[in-house]
Amino acid sequence: MDLKNVASLTFFCPEIILSATILLLIVLDLIASSRRWPAALALIGCVCSLIVSFDLYSAEPGMLFHRMIVLDNFSIFFKVFSLAATILCILMSIGSNEIERVHEAEYYALLLTCALGMFFMASSSNLLMAYLSLEMVSLGSYVLTGFLPHSRRSSEAALKYLIYGGVASGTMIYGMSWIFGMTGSLDYSAIQLALSQEGISKATVFIAFVFILAGFGYKIVFFPFHMWSPDVYQGAPTPFTAFLSVASNAAGLAIMIRFFFPGMSKVMASGDWAFTAGVEWPQVLLALSMLTMTVGNLCALNQRNVKRMLAYSGIAHAGYMMMGLAILNNEGLAAILFYTVVYLIMNVGAFLVVGMISNVTGDEDIADYRGLAWRGATVPAVCLTIFLFSLTGLPPFAGFMGKFFLFSAVIRQGGAFAVLAVVAALNSVISLYYYAKLVKTMFLDSPTAEDKQITLAANNYTLLLPLTFLTVLFGVYFGPLVQYTHQSLRFFVK
Amino acid sequence: MQNILTYMTFIPLAGAAVILALPNNAKLIRWFSAIVTVPPLLMAIWLFINFDRTTAKFQFVEDYHWISAYNISYTMGVDGLSISMVLLTALLSFLCIFASFGIEKAVKGYFALFLMLDAGMMGVFCALDFFLFYVFWEVMLLPMYFLIGIWGGPRREYAAIKFFLYTLFGSVLMLLAILALYFTVEPHTFDMRILMAQASKYSTAVLPLWPFNLWGWGFQHVIWMALFIGFAIKIPAFPFHTWLPDAHVEAPTAISVILAGVLLKMGTYGILRVNFPMMPVATADLAYWFLGALGAWNIIYGALCAMAQKDLKKLVAYSSVSHMGYVMLGMASMTTQGLNGAVLQMFNHGTITGMLFLLVGVVYDRAHHREIEGFGGLAAIMPVYTGATALAFFASMGLPGLSGFISEILVLLGTWQKYPVLTILGASGVILTAGYLLWTIQRVYLGPPNEKYLNMAEINGREIFTLVPLGAIVIVVGVYPGVVLDMLRTTLDSINAIVIPHLHG
Repeated sequence: MDLKNVASLTFFCPEIILSATILLLIVLDLIASSRRWPAALALIGCVCSLIVSFDLYSAEPGMLFHRMIVLDNFSIFFKVFSLAATILCILMSIGSNEIERVHEAEYYALLLTCALGMFFMASSSNLLMAYLSLEMVSLGSYVLTGFLPHSRRSSEAALKYLIYGGVASGTMIYGMSWIFGMTGSLDYSAIQLALSQEGISKATVFIAFVFILAGFGYKIVFFPFHMWSPDVYQGAPTPFTAFLSVASNAAGLAIMIRFFFPGMSKVMASGDWAFTAGVEWPQVLLALSMLTMTVGNLCALNQRNVKRMLAYSGIAHAGYMMMGLAILNNEGLAAILFYTVVYLIMNVGAFLVVGMISNVTGDEDIADYRGLAWRGATVPAVCLTIFLFSLTGLPPFAGFMGKFFLFSAVIRQGGAFAVLAVVAALNSVISLYYYAKLVKTMFLDSPTAEDKQITLAANNYTLLLPLTFLTVLFGVYFGPLVQYTHQSLRFFVK
Repeated sequence: MQNILTYMTFIPLAGAAVILALPNNAKLIRWFSAIVTVPPLLMAIWLFINFDRTTAKFQFVEDYHWISAYNISYTMGVDGLSISMVLLTALLSFLCIFASFGIEKAVKGYFALFLMLDAGMMGVFCALDFFLFYVFWEVMLLPMYFLIGIWGGPRREYAAIKFFLYTLFGSVLMLLAILALYFTVEPHTFDMRILMAQASKYSTAVLPLWPFNLWGWGFQHVIWMALFIGFAIKIPAFPFHTWLPDAHVEAPTAISVILAGVLLKMGTYGILRVNFPMMPVATADLAYWFLGALGAWNIIYGALCAMAQKDLKKLVAYSSVSHMGYVMLGMASMTTQGLNGAVLQMFNHGTITGMLFLLVGVVYDRAHHREIEGFGGLAAIMPVYTGATALAFFASMGLPGLSGFISEILVLLGTWQKYPVLTILGASGVILTAGYLLWTIQRVYLGPPNEKYLNMAEINGREIFTLVPLGAIVIVVGVYPGVVLDMLRTTLDSINAIVIPHLHG
């Protein structure tokens, strides 16, 4: 299926619904003044879009809009994923005190714009489209990071994010221009075809890809493009930090997988991917993966702010997920998809508790968590503990299964990859130290006189308990999810 | 009884869930927890009676699909090796609930976590699927971390995180080794029975990797070592033992008993369950100069450390290091006596050290310190208590007629046939043990009574209740060791038969 513009619209409903919601939000903001409607409208838009996205599974996979966008199981997976993350973020934002009610409609409009951009990131099959979608997500993210107008830290974070983002995407488009210069095309399949011809300089291709990697690396937050993340995570409103940490990372992985796997590689009969132009690609990713997880974990050890700590832990998790890329096969990719889902649940859960506590204490210092379990917040403390141990990768929580599938994909590959598995395993031990340090603060330390009693309204638990339940559920019963991730690895290539 | 092992594992877990829903009444929660541990104990006794001692096969097997796509199944079963540990776990869990009645802080959390720990321990000994084994192995860590960390002594935070980090370090290596085994067999499976049957698949060809090639190590040896480190940390074998004294000293009494009585056994259990039958070539290669030597060193090193301690609990903790050395030494011998002695020693150490920790707890509850030099002449003040202590101490040092003697003599007899030098070293540990224990008795219990403690209350009914079953077992096994050995023999012979053909010379 290779459709022209008008015919494509039939398969474009989720995006259309989201766009309509965004426009409605902006227009209605000028007329209505009630306080709760923007969140409700955004939520309704996302849910409708989600339902319609599932409908796409019945459609035949193919190319839309003159080969700009691909419709296949992989892109639908990330549509569903981005919407799930957006819905969680909206629900979190409703309960947060950080977001100014005056600009609520703008906040949700921007959030949905990011989600829309992520749709395109996961499904673009053209360099230009890929670049534009990445920028679309970035621009929304810059504004949302700086959405706390009275917070200097928030503005500083937004500026840093903008500068880093500008440099990274500039580097990326420079790399893309090399590819265009070599092949004369922006379309993935055409590029792949051109690159597999004789006489292409491997070194040139390699350099171009490294430049492009900068753009992806900045979205996925891997070493050495990770510097922006701690400041941005700390400065941004907590619900948006949660969104950024899972959705932005996942969309970065999606665009990278789409570009390097169905785009620039061929599938062998064995299910392994062979990279075009013979670049020693896995070695680069292997080294980056090891460096990313180690740097992330080591930096997280001494953080005093929970959001910063989670930012570094996010870097480490990006490193774990990259293991699945380095081994160049479907097993690894399926493990990554599984991990993104699990990571969505546990990381949003962790940020949810952080947001709840900072609603009361006004800060995110680890010191504020002293004796939390004995200060009337036992349930959030227990839930946060479950999320943190899940992030560490301890059974019976979902995070363990995520790591398990990644490790097993790597171990199966054997050889030098065993070293990668050992490094990753030792990194889990390092990460236990800082996750457990927070748990220690909550449970093992006794509250002092100056630590306030924390009372939380019952509505705080409406999102927390389901997320906790899912974290445990996917730790013991993960069959359907595994199946779903494997099904989502059907790429349309033509 | 169908699914008896599942019931034994999950009744405590269900109990933990119920406790969370109970009202905040300490007395109710205590007695409810005690009642919850009764069915597993009764089932353990039923298992003991109905266990077929003539076969090495797994019994009471349960096998259900869990995740078919990855061939992960829920498989439980016991053989002679695990049933002794299941008995020990059920008994100690039951007794330790009573030993925990003195806990005042956050009673609900304590007993809920304790029962979760109970479930995890039971699961480790019953699991026949490697994945399931690993899940239970890790599940145990969380409650243990909190039990030491919240209800422990002054340096509890340090001790808890140290225990956690050490164990996790070992278990991630174990996870990688498990995955490597999984991908080696066709079709891929975690079923331990199949992994054992296919032991010949694990290559012993020398790896082209430095430094493994220097020692002639193959894939099998590397996997052996990865698993061994995971297990050695639990044993704890030198040099991974340093978490143990910290954890023991800081943990509340009942948790020390569980740590020493059950958790340490998981290390040696794992080696016998996994390393021996699955990697016989590596086991044969490494038994003497590595496993045996490490065991002998553990015996002497632990005993010398124990001798230097000023804290009564730390002394018992180091004595555990020493006594677990006998288990390793006995295993390394690959003789019938050695292996039987080793597993009997695991069982005996569980009961004897359990008693010792309970006894230390008794005096700590009254005096609020454990300085060996701070007491004196307790025999005159607390005669019944001193009698019980004497029984445990003599059992620990291997007095004939008590259980410790049987297992130690079996280990030394078995080892003597293979490694005379290691046996002499190990036997000298007996003398050191007698040295530090007798010296302790002299300093704490004999001599003129300490003025400060003249009014110290005699051991009470609840404390006696926790000690009597253990004391009875110590005497019964000491007089008629067949009670335990009959269960072990067939299984251990079959494990031994797998390794022996690969021994050199």
